Amino acid sequence: MKGIRRWGPGLVLVLPSIFLIAVFVYGLIGWNVKVSFSDWRQAEETTGFSTSAYSELFPPGTDPAWSESVKHVLLFTGAFMAGTLVLGAFLALLLDKGVKGEGFFRAIYLFPMAVSFIAAGVVWRWLMNPAPADRGTGLNLAFDRLGLDFLANEWFLNPTWGAAALAIPAIWALTGYVMALYLAGFRGVPEELREAARMDGASEWRVYRHVVFPHLTPVTLSALIILGHISIKVFDLIVAIGGKQFITQTPAVYMWILIFDARDAAKGAAIATILLVAISLLVIPYMIYTVRTERRT
Amino acid sequence: MTTTSAAPPVPVPARRTRRPRARRTAALSFKYVALIFFVILVLTPLYILLVASFKGTAEADPSNAWALPDAWTFDAWRQAWSELRPNLLNTVYLVIPATVISTVIGSLNGFVLSRWRFPGADVVFLFLLFGLFIPYQAVMIPLAQLFAGLDFPTGIPRLAFAHIVYGIPITTLIFRSYYATIPEDLIEAARMDRAGMLRTYWSVVLPLSAPAFVVTAIWQFTSIWNDFLFAVFLVTNPESWPVTVAVNNTAGSLVAEYNLQMSAALLASLPTLVVYILLGRFFIRGLLAGSLKG
Repeated sequence: MKGIRRWGPGLVLVLPSIFLIAVFVYGLIGWNVKVSFSDWRQAEETTGFSTSAYSELFPPGTDPAWSESVKHVLLFTGAFMAGTLVLGAFLALLLDKGVKGEGFFRAIYLFPMAVSFIAAGVVWRWLMNPAPADRGTGLNLAFDRLGLDFLANEWFLNPTWGAAALAIPAIWALTGYVMALYLAGFRGVPEELREAARMDGASEWRVYRHVVFPHLTPVTLSALIILGHISIKVFDLIVAIGGKQFITQTPAVYMWILIFDARDAAKGAAIATILLVAISLLVIPYMIYTVRTERRT
Repeated sequence: MTTTSAAPPVPVPARRTRRPRARRTAALSFKYVALIFFVILVLTPLYILLVASFKGTAEADPSNAWALPDAWTFDAWRQAWSELRPNLLNTVYLVIPATVISTVIGSLNGFVLSRWRFPGADVVFLFLLFGLFIPYQAVMIPLAQLFAGLDFPTGIPRLAFAHIVYGIPITTLIFRSYYATIPEDLIEAARMDRAGMLRTYWSVVLPLSAPAFVVTAIWQFTSIWNDFLFAVFLVTNPESWPVTVAVNNTAGSLVAEYNLQMSAALLASLPTLVVYILLGRFFIRGLLAGSLKG
């Protein structure tokens, strides 16, 4: 039973999936690139070649809505990654050793992952209501009642830092997930290594600092890739909180507006292509790296 | 991708007391204080959702939003239910077939790509896997065009089809990693008995697959239930909108009282929350396995 008679049926079984992915992932990506290089700039479909969509996006600055969107997504990404990584690692550190009720805490911290960004957006939009405390709602009102007025702010409507405020619900949603990654990472460090360091008289903190943390580079790397990939294309959350407002717009939201309101398919497709390129630059090296490590082990 | 699975807990040998007991107690209390502080932070939005959803219209004034309701009422829930019912049903009609079909496809693919391999199986796996990472925006415009061009049945069938196709990478990934842990001897034994591929799958592999089915089904269920992007791009007829789109519209309209908005958001989240509460263990496993799908 060697050869094709042995492995042939397997290939046949997977062929439909290969076909579907070839058409709907690779084929449609190609089609999208083609649309982005077309002159389809109004409701009626046209197929002539044109680079006009890209020339409005590059260099940034030609189209203020686009450059603002890019600025917003960069600020959002920075705040989101820093927030989730720091808080997630901190929670994992707290839970790593000797805490009773670990399962309970873990379950609470992870529950936001089960909630859609839309539902989360509904409540966070209300919590981050920008009205000042005297007629305020949400967090501004709570700050006022707690005597923390100085914390009250205009949240996502702040012209400079608004995008960072938008990251707060995303941090809320994904910190538990980063915690779970780090916790698994901590537990993956062989106990003998920790014990050996302790025998040498290292304090518990130094055990983490010199034994555990160096083992976590791969975990941090995957967390960064995963979070970055979520962040670049962020859409639902922004729509749920800010709607179509200019001040909260990200590239994915701008693309949506272009297609449904401005009927500008070429420019929408161009932005989608840019998102794809940005994410591929992040993910493809990581995929290659992961496959290589998988082969080595 | 992230195959960091938790190692079995290693028993910690009793060790010498190095620090004075008082300092250790202080450190431990700090831990609990910090942990409970974060529990409160994480649960705050849920608290707001819950108390608002049980308030009557008269009480639904933002200025007392942090307070518990004076008079508990189901009015907002009832109203949310009557408004969202058609959309909840749409989501159910979408999520059940899409979850079942994509889970079965994932199982077959995962089996072949790990245990009934053909030459080039790894390349095929990478080829499929790339679909996991793409931002769906990059296929959305042509996908809508293609559906229109093919006269594909509108509404839920389009959405279900899209979720099944774009679910192939993640479901294949979870099953492939899981089947890699089945001992090769079992497969070999079946081969010795001259069992064919489907026979081996049916009588050897499938009976061992329950955990992977649960993990994958929960993952697909949650992400399809919560999807918004495909829904707004592919479904133009409001009658076919799944619940996420309806909730977003309720919340976006200025006339909706905020207690209604909150009960709508909560109602739309209940099924995934219930699944999480009942099967959280598997949910977390799915997260760690399929973490690259945002």
